[in-house]
Amino acid sequence: MSAPSLPYVRQTAGAGAARAAARRRRSGGHGSERRPGWVTYLLLTLALAVFVLPIYYAFLLASSDAQTIAQNPIPGLLPEGNFLANVQRVLESDIGFWQALTNSVIVATVTSATTVLFSTLAGFSFSKLRFRGRKGLLLFVIATTAVPTQLGIIPLFIVMSQLGWIGQLQAVIVPGLVTAFGVFWMTQYLESALPYELIEAARVDGASMIRTFWSVALPAARPAAVMLGLFTFVASWTNFFWPFIVLGSTNPTLPVALQLLQASYFKDMSLIMAGVVLSTIPLLVLFAVAGRQLVAGIMAGAVKG
Amino acid sequence: MATSTRPPRMRRPAQDPSRAPRRVGFSQTLSRWDVKVSPYLYISPFFLLFGLTGLFPLLYTAYVSVFDWHLLGGQGDFVGFENFAFVFNEPNFWKGLRNTFSIFALSTIPQLMVAVVLAAILDANLRAKTFWRMGVLVPYVVAPVAVALIFGKVFADQSGVANAVLALVGIDPIGWHAQPLPSHIAIATMVNFRWTGYNTLILLAAMQAVPRDLYEAAVIDGAGRVRQFFSITIPQLRPTIIFVVITSTIGGLQIFDEPRMFDQLGQGGPGRQWMTVTMYVYELAFGSQKSFGRAAAVAWVLFIIIVAIGLLNFWLTQRIASDGSATAKARKKVAR
Repeated sequence: MSAPSLPYVRQTAGAGAARAAARRRRSGGHGSERRPGWVTYLLLTLALAVFVLPIYYAFLLASSDAQTIAQNPIPGLLPEGNFLANVQRVLESDIGFWQALTNSVIVATVTSATTVLFSTLAGFSFSKLRFRGRKGLLLFVIATTAVPTQLGIIPLFIVMSQLGWIGQLQAVIVPGLVTAFGVFWMTQYLESALPYELIEAARVDGASMIRTFWSVALPAARPAAVMLGLFTFVASWTNFFWPFIVLGSTNPTLPVALQLLQASYFKDMSLIMAGVVLSTIPLLVLFAVAGRQLVAGIMAGAVKG
Repeated sequence: MATSTRPPRMRRPAQDPSRAPRRVGFSQTLSRWDVKVSPYLYISPFFLLFGLTGLFPLLYTAYVSVFDWHLLGGQGDFVGFENFAFVFNEPNFWKGLRNTFSIFALSTIPQLMVAVVLAAILDANLRAKTFWRMGVLVPYVVAPVAVALIFGKVFADQSGVANAVLALVGIDPIGWHAQPLPSHIAIATMVNFRWTGYNTLILLAAMQAVPRDLYEAAVIDGAGRVRQFFSITIPQLRPTIIFVVITSTIGGLQIFDEPRMFDQLGQGGPGRQWMTVTMYVYELAFGSQKSFGRAAAVAWVLFIIIVAIGLLNFWLTQRIASDGSATAKARKKVAR
């Protein structure tokens, strides 16, 4: 349907309405159709600069040396040549960087894999299977997201020391095996993404429940699973408080190692920043590859009004 | 329905006895069990884990808090509310509480305002949408510890960028580590850096769900863009804003990483200017006192505060939900 001509609008609705209509048409309508002007892009560029510059700043410091940093608070715009030398020093320092990196990779990979698996299992069950107490249990899961588990660290520490897990990776892995957010997220997604017909077809073909889950639900859950996996990976990689308490300095993850780096080399900023950059690069690479899914997932997961 | 399906199932083995009815019967039993037990089996990992690492520790914290309990010595005598009395008489506890709320307010309020505005800008029909969205999320992949180290340098008292920039415009250097308020601002900046983009995307998602006809109606009524923002966008976003506030509250009141890393000693400054409650819990438990009882008491007090604020939020949500129905009514009027 095309819009009525301006003379027609003037005739039927008056001169004011015609002027308003003309203005609206010049600016190209509202919201979804209208292309924004350069001011919008300028503001966005500024915002992006604020978000990215601190990371670039860390890289600048990491490529400098301690003396230059101490002399001049504002670094030059281009990196100096000491980055690799500083990286070398981080690797040779006594914080156990390689071990920390390996630990972080193990913890983040295992927790994101199990979180995806267990959350999808639970989500499949909550969204598509009928069982007694389903609604109440799901409500309980949602309610637990409001419980700050960090506050239970003292008994959790007591439990871990009873188990003899202090300083061992399973003390960090086990509490992260599955999250309430993950269960809720997969339930929401499978609710709409997995048709009952597919499950029925599999059941009629004689597939067991677990077989149905494996060949029908899991493939259907893939987009949400990718997002949940990424999310858990980032959360696990950047987690500090609990690994710091339970792992300590002997068997650190990367954030704990960074803390050690600052505690022992606090005057050598270029060394510390090289550590910061080194620990951030893996996630930046992951983000460059899969950030699109992460963004789409956060966009989809918001609470809608 | 159940009675109509039963007879054929019972009759089926009798129809063809040559086909080893016992095996069919067995696999059917198995299948029935499969259907009955599987749902519980699939949700059990979460409940087992939550019981072990969430619910039990929380209740056990209450138990530990009424005992004299030492990191190395273990459980001691029952002391009732002595641990609570001790921490309530400690000036450091109150300092920690004040600092936590101050940092929380300084981070949540500006962060939310910037996030809403940024989301409104991103809501336009942009070229390269995904690029901009990914851009605002970049800080999210930097660990809080790394963020704290970067901004710790930016806000260094002697050789920091912040003071150097202030000097350029003729302002005296600020003792970011000396005074409570400047240190809170510096720490809040770290939190804001990491979380603003994340919250922006959540708000943006909610914004895109706002019905476009509302805006069209507003344009016809002669509302400008600012008026549209305040009269349509913000009211429509209320549930999401509440959600963001609740999640920031839970996280913000437990803040530890950033203030802990703000200097290399990790005690929240010589006068405890930026020591938060969670840092105090850590110090009581694993610092010189090694008193798990006192640490548990503080943790439990913080838990109650968080729950109280959660309930307050809930009450606000209820109020705002009724406001929301008012706008829905207004919307119906417009549609008619």
